[in-house]
This record gives sequence, C-alpha cells and structure tokens, in this order.
Amino acid sequence: MYWKETMRQMEDIGIGSLIIVALISIFMGAVAAVQFSYQLDGTLVPQYYIGYIVRDLAIIESAPTITCLVLAGKVGSNLAAELGTMRQKEHIDAMELMGVNTAAYLILPKLIAAVVMIPLLVTISAYVAIIGGYLATVPTGALSSDDYERGLRAFFQPRNVTMMYVKAVVFSFILTTVPIFQGYYVKGGNIELGKASTNAVVFSNILILLSDYLIAVLLTG
Amino acid sequence: MIRAENIIKLFGEQEVLKGVSMEFLPGKTNLIIGRSGAGKTVFLKILVGLMEPTDGKVWYDNVDFFSLNKKQVREIRLKVGMLFQGSALFDSMKVIENVRFPLDMFANMTLAEKNQRVDWCLERVGLNGAHEKYPSELSGGMQKRVGIARAIVMEPKYLFCDEPNSGLDPRTALLIDELIQDITYDYKMTTIINTHDMNSVMEIGDNIAYLHEGRLVWQGSKDQVLSSDNELLQGFIFASPFLQRLRAAALK
Ligand SMILES: Nc1ncnc2c1ncn2[C@@H]1O[C@H](COP(=O)(O)OP(=O)(O)O)[C@@H](O)[C@H]1O
Ligand SMILES: [Mg+2]
Repeated sequence: MYWKETMRQMEDIGIGSLIIVALISIFMGAVAAVQFSYQLDGTLVPQYYIGYIVRDLAIIESAPTITCLVLAGKVGSNLAAELGTMRQKEHIDAMELMGVNTAAYLILPKLIAAVVMIPLLVTISAYVAIIGGYLATVPTGALSSDDYERGLRAFFQPRNVTMMYVKAVVFSFILTTVPIFQGYYVKGGNIELGKASTNAVVFSNILILLSDYLIAVLLTG
Repeated sequence: MIRAENIIKLFGEQEVLKGVSMEFLPGKTNLIIGRSGAGKTVFLKILVGLMEPTDGKVWYDNVDFFSLNKKQVREIRLKVGMLFQGSALFDSMKVIENVRFPLDMFANMTLAEKNQRVDWCLERVGLNGAHEKYPSELSGGMQKRVGIARAIVMEPKYLFCDEPNSGLDPRTALLIDELIQDITYDYKMTTIINTHDMNSVMEIGDNIAYLHEGRLVWQGSKDQVLSSDNELLQGFIFASPFLQRLRAAALK
C-alpha cells in the first residue's frame, strides 16, 4: 500500500513537473548565455567563458534553486491543497478511524517521492540549461560550437555538483514538509485552505533562499 | 455497548457540549437528532475518538476509551465503521479500491479473498456495476452506498453515521435509511446516527436522543416522539404549522 502510494506520488511530482522544469531551464540557460555574451562583449575576457559561466550558473544556482522555487509553487501548493482538502472532506478522519497512521501513510510517500524525484529534476534542469545556452548563442553566430564546448569543459569543479545535490535534497525536503504541514493541520473552510496553500509557497520559498545562503556559506567557505 | 458520560467540549470560549450523558442500545439504531449547530457532529467525533472531550468519558463495553494507549485504540477501531457526512471517499481511488482500502491496510487476506469480500459488500448496499468507477462519477446516493460498503467491510460491531441522508432527495434518503437499518439488524451492529431529517426519525429510530444547544433534553422511542410533551422537541420536530396541524389530527 505504502509502496503503491509512493509510486503514484513519484509520478505526480516527477513526470508532472518535467515540462515546466524543462521550459524554465532552457530559458534560464539561454538568458544567461545572451546576457553574459553581451557583458563580455568588448572586454578582454574570452568569449568561450560563456560556456563556463552558463554551466556553473546552472549547477550552482539555477538548477537547484530556481527549479525548487518553481517546484515550491507547483508541487508545494499542490501538496498543501491535496492534504487540506483531505482534512476538510474528512478523508484524514476516515483513515484515522480505520486505524491508519495518517501521519505516516500520507506524509512519508510524498516525502520519499520528492526527495528522490526532485534531485533528478534538478539534474535534468542543469543539462537543459546548458542546452539552452547553446541554442541561444551558437545558432545566432555569437559563439562557435567549439568555443561553447571548450567553455563547458573549463575550470570544472566536482564539488559544485556535490553542492547542487546537497541543495536539491535540502530544498526538496523543505518544499514538501512545509506545505504538508500547512495542509495537514488546516482548519476552517475554503478561505483558510487558500491561505494555507499560499503560506505553504511563501514560507517554503523563504526557507529555500535562506538555506541556499547557508549552504553557500558552509560549502564554499 | 457504548456509553457517554458527562461529555463537555469547549472550543475556546464556546461550550459546544455541556455535559451530555447517553447510552446506546446494542443491536439497534440509535438516533441523535437536533438542529444544525447543536453539536451532533462534535459529539459523534468524540464518541469515535476523533476529537477529545474537554471533560467526560466514553465507555466501550466498560473500557474507558480515552485512557487507552494507541495499540488498544486501534483494536477498538477495527470494530468501528463510520459513514461520514460527505461520504469521505478517496478521490484518487476507484470504488473497488475505496471499499478494499481497510482490507489492504489491515487484513491478512489474498487479493482474491479481499475482492470477494468487496463484491459482497457492494452487492449488499445494492451497487453491483460500480467497481471501476471513480467517486466523482457517482451520484450522492451512490457515494453514500459506497461509504456504507466501506464502513462495513471489516465487519464492525459499531456503525456511526453522520447525517447519512444530507444532500439526498427524500426517496433516496429513505432507501439509505432502510439500508442502514437492515444492515444493523442483519449483523447485530450497534448503530448511532446523527440526523436532522424527520423522515428518519419516523422510520428508523429505535432509540432517539434530542440534543439541544449542547444538552440532551429528551430521549425515547419513535412512538414516544409523537406523544411527548417536551416543548423543545415538539418545536424541533413539528416545526411548520402544517406539521403541527398534522400532529394535532394524529393525536385526536
Ligand atoms: N473544530 C472546531 N473548532 C471550533 N468550533 C467547532 C469545531 N467543530 C465544531 N465547532 C462548533 O461547534 C458547534 C457544533 O457543531 P456541529 O457539531 O458540527 O453541529 P451539528 O449538530 O450541526 O453537527 C458549531 O457552532 C461549530 O461552529
Ligand atoms: Mg453535523
């Protein structure tokens, strides 16, 4: 039963967010590339740095942080609404009464699904952002394909990838637990449910940015 | 046997239940009636332990429910089935999965045995072809039936129903009432029903308790309802002038 529920949640969170994650990532990479190409123009910094900057920006910041901020809006508000509705429609009461430990049954599958799927989405986001950077610069003639690739291979630090996964796991934990808490304990009617859902997103966004800062300080110091 | 002893429930300043004591007849349909806001749902949720009373006790066969540990509570809950006001069917599951859910969670059975039991329950509530439907595809009456099927799938000793015919047309409401009563008698369950529907009072109440503003003000059988001279009760049941004239005629 728990396993089946976890699989359902994985599909919801993972497959359900694939398109939006891909979409924002491709633009993030494209914007970063265009922006830096503009800033580097006429400076002494070689053009191939664009590949390097897009790569590290994706790995360090955009893939984990921006993706998770967006997922807090999508997955987080969804979770808060789902659990809040279950509370209001007495689904949680019904399960409790059957003897189900609802805290475990309703929360664990979502948490496990998120902590497994979101780092995968973050990985995809990093790759797609790099592709986005390529598409925005190479076909337009701003940069040659070789230069972009040379940038991608330059100054690579494996520990940035570690940092990306630390962030991904921490953020996915935040963006599920905060909304779950908001939804599970919702009281009152639809207005409260709407508020809980909004709070879920706002609080998880703040917490994600705060921990983003802390992780940056701790892991780069 | 279930007995409530001096139940008091406060929400902040608001005293919703003001010391309610009630005993329920085993193997019968026990009705709790009263206006909306009288505290019926809160009382029912305290009886099944979904809410804790501010003060007072609930006894299941001389066991003090709120003194039990988690494991003992679970044992009692296996004997309790409940039909919720909005049916509380799980939206993401088909009818068959909804009814099978308690078995999937707790029963030591093969899938074939479980499905057989689900078939039997759905048949019992008069829903044969609905296995593969989702709750949103069912009418209100059908949802109640599925809710009843799910409530009885573990063969409970006690059945609780919160407003089983709210939101139903009178004819369907009557069918649901009759179904609940038949099931109660057939399986010798103790059934406790919250309702503000007067048809139910006249049709199925073996034992009727009238809750008014958080107090029990009258208790008796459905035959006694008509002749009772309790003004609060009469004011509630014979609310319209038409019904008052009907009562006067019946008493003559
Ligand atoms: N969880 C709660 N928190 C605060 N007040 C509540 C809660 N549940 C019920 N109440 C209040 O208790 C009173 C009785 O409610 P209820 O038992 O639902 O009435 P009914 O007899 O219609 O079922 C109402 O005034 C309601 O506002
Ligand atoms: Mg009620």
